Amino acid sequence: MMKKISLTLAILCITIVSFAQNNSGEFHGDFDLNMQSYQEDELIGAKAAEEIVLNNSYLNINYTKGNFAAGLRYESYLNALLDFDDDYKGNGIMFRYATYTIDGLEVTAGNYYEQIGSGLIFRSYENKGLGQDNAMDGVRLKFSPTKGVYLKGFIGKSRTYFTYSDGVIRGADGEINLNEALNFESKTKIIVGQGFVSRFQPDINPKFELPKNVAAYSSRLNIINGGWNYSGEYATKLNDPIGSLTAEGNNYAKGSALMNSLSYSKRGFGIIAEMHRVDHMEFRSERAQEKQYIINYIPTLTKQHTYTLLALSPCATQPEGEFGTQVDIFYKIKKGSFLGGKYGTKISFNFSRINALNGGSSFLNDDTEHTPMLISIKGEELYFKDINLEIYKKINKKIKVTGVLAKQSYNKDVLEGKTPGTYGTVKSTIAIADISYKIKKGHTIRVELQELLADGGEGSWSMGLAEYTISPHWFFAVQDMYNWGNYDVKKQLHYVNINCGFLSGSNRFAIGYGKKRAGIFCVGGVCKEVPSSNGFSLTISSSF
Amino acid sequence: MRKLFLTITAIALFSTLSIAQTRTLPSVNVKTLDGGSINITELENDGNPIVISFWATWCKPCKKELNTIAEVYEDWQDETGVKVVAISIDNSRSMAKVVPYVNASDWDFEVYLDPNGDLKRAMGVSTVPHTFLLNSKKEIVWQHKGYVDGDEDELLEQIEKIAK
Repeated sequence: MMKKISLTLAILCITIVSFAQNNSGEFHGDFDLNMQSYQEDELIGAKAAEEIVLNNSYLNINYTKGNFAAGLRYESYLNALLDFDDDYKGNGIMFRYATYTIDGLEVTAGNYYEQIGSGLIFRSYENKGLGQDNAMDGVRLKFSPTKGVYLKGFIGKSRTYFTYSDGVIRGADGEINLNEALNFESKTKIIVGQGFVSRFQPDINPKFELPKNVAAYSSRLNIINGGWNYSGEYATKLNDPIGSLTAEGNNYAKGSALMNSLSYSKRGFGIIAEMHRVDHMEFRSERAQEKQYIINYIPTLTKQHTYTLLALSPCATQPEGEFGTQVDIFYKIKKGSFLGGKYGTKISFNFSRINALNGGSSFLNDDTEHTPMLISIKGEELYFKDINLEIYKKINKKIKVTGVLAKQSYNKDVLEGKTPGTYGTVKSTIAIADISYKIKKGHTIRVELQELLADGGEGSWSMGLAEYTISPHWFFAVQDMYNWGNYDVKKQLHYVNINCGFLSGSNRFAIGYGKKRAGIFCVGGVCKEVPSSNGFSLTISSSF
Repeated sequence: MRKLFLTITAIALFSTLSIAQTRTLPSVNVKTLDGGSINITELENDGNPIVISFWATWCKPCKKELNTIAEVYEDWQDETGVKVVAISIDNSRSMAKVVPYVNASDWDFEVYLDPNGDLKRAMGVSTVPHTFLLNSKKEIVWQHKGYVDGDEDELLEQIEKIAK
């Protein structure tokens, strides 16, 4: 009932404001439809859907007038696509808010997304493609008392599927840009920030005395000087017994996370080195709940690849404990030089390596003997390693070429949560050529050839893609992924997909037919397991 | 009950939409590359056109679009006075790579960060790249989802239409 009342208020609010103020505000929004049919395919293990066709749709509507904004999102899962959790079921207005800003104070009531620092202690966000949405429902205030000082505080409940958590989440954050706040001109810019989050949940456990309030803190520092940029954040989470609420799986260990990055760049050149150390740092909106209840975000310290075979076995952060390093180098060889040619050549290099913590996670070592080393690389179990080099070159007015070479190590047991020793670590070598050729004005053909040679897992793959685009309206693509190196001869299969689409300004229509392989699908640093499927798809995306 | 709410919303929506309206930028803060903050409504280009392009370091077509524009940006500026503003939606996983990438790529665009998607949502951007064109009054007069080779020609045509 409360929900309905709040909805009425939100809608009345929008309506009244829009009429009372003489229609001078603006309504905008966007719409997404993702429809997929599912046919059985025993070979790839794809299941048919009883409904034949499944559909996820979203409509966002925002109203703005000056410093006031309100809006809502209608979500429809009839029924949810197979790669989504069953708990996404039915229709509803799952997001509604109203917000205004006056004299440096911003007030939001209803749903909102918020992040503290890098998100180590708190991040609520949405990623529709992944079924990720942990929007908050409550109130939030942001206040800037003077230039360079930013304060915010919020309280609310975190969304999981169509429900909100039992836990009440409270948070506060302060950030000071010292140069702006103290009004001094300097080449060196310093920004400091401090965040705090706490979750309240009653203790109804008869056996254990569980902390009702669990706090997490984070401090961050950013120093910028010319081409140099340092950014660091340290977070700690206090005692938060999670897991199965048994004596063995339940302890009062604290968690921590540290991340550092240092970059230097100038025209034509950039380098960045990053490290992070994570120890028992998963934070959930309810204790004893699953990953769908996570309210913090620990960025994965690897490159987010877009080429299919490079992203076939992606890394996922192990919040219970890992140590990682990453280096990226971007370089543009000048035009007119020997290697640069007429248009210049772009090179990007990336190295990342993630391994276990020295001494293991604090969660497993909840005693005073546990003194893990801060930095531990050598001798620890390797989780993931990726070395890759990408070269982009425009040959002439018609031809552009991208080439990629990569070597990856993927600890399939750890990263996919299998029993140790099931698969071990899969090593692979990947080569990619991506060539586009402009036939005439607006008409381009693009071909991708990808090869992955692996010594384990599902074995080796080849992939080919051909795409024909007619700017600005049409695209046609056909691709085949072929698992020719699978150790099970029956699984040496082709996964063929055909797609075409029509774009018209703010509308985009695409239809496709084909088979998708089962696997880990990651977007924006979040991964989920996706079942294999076979069928037609229709996507419509529109904004106004 | 729910039907009633929807009806009210629908009526409110369509009655407003039926009146021809302009579209302006929402009042949302984004981060500057030197750690500051700016409200997107404060963008200025002396009455010349502004292009706003949403992108990410992990988005290939986005980088293709902006790198292609970067090659001809000086010509575009001379001809039309246009300013290109690139809004990165990289989150904290890849946000720190934006500055080295942008500098190494030799872009002369204004670049801002939208790490938790506040501006992205406010402008109805569901996928990247997504490009908007603003006229002299900073009203959105054209938008385009996605990028394929040659789309920059249409963008230029649209810019030329509204350039002084």
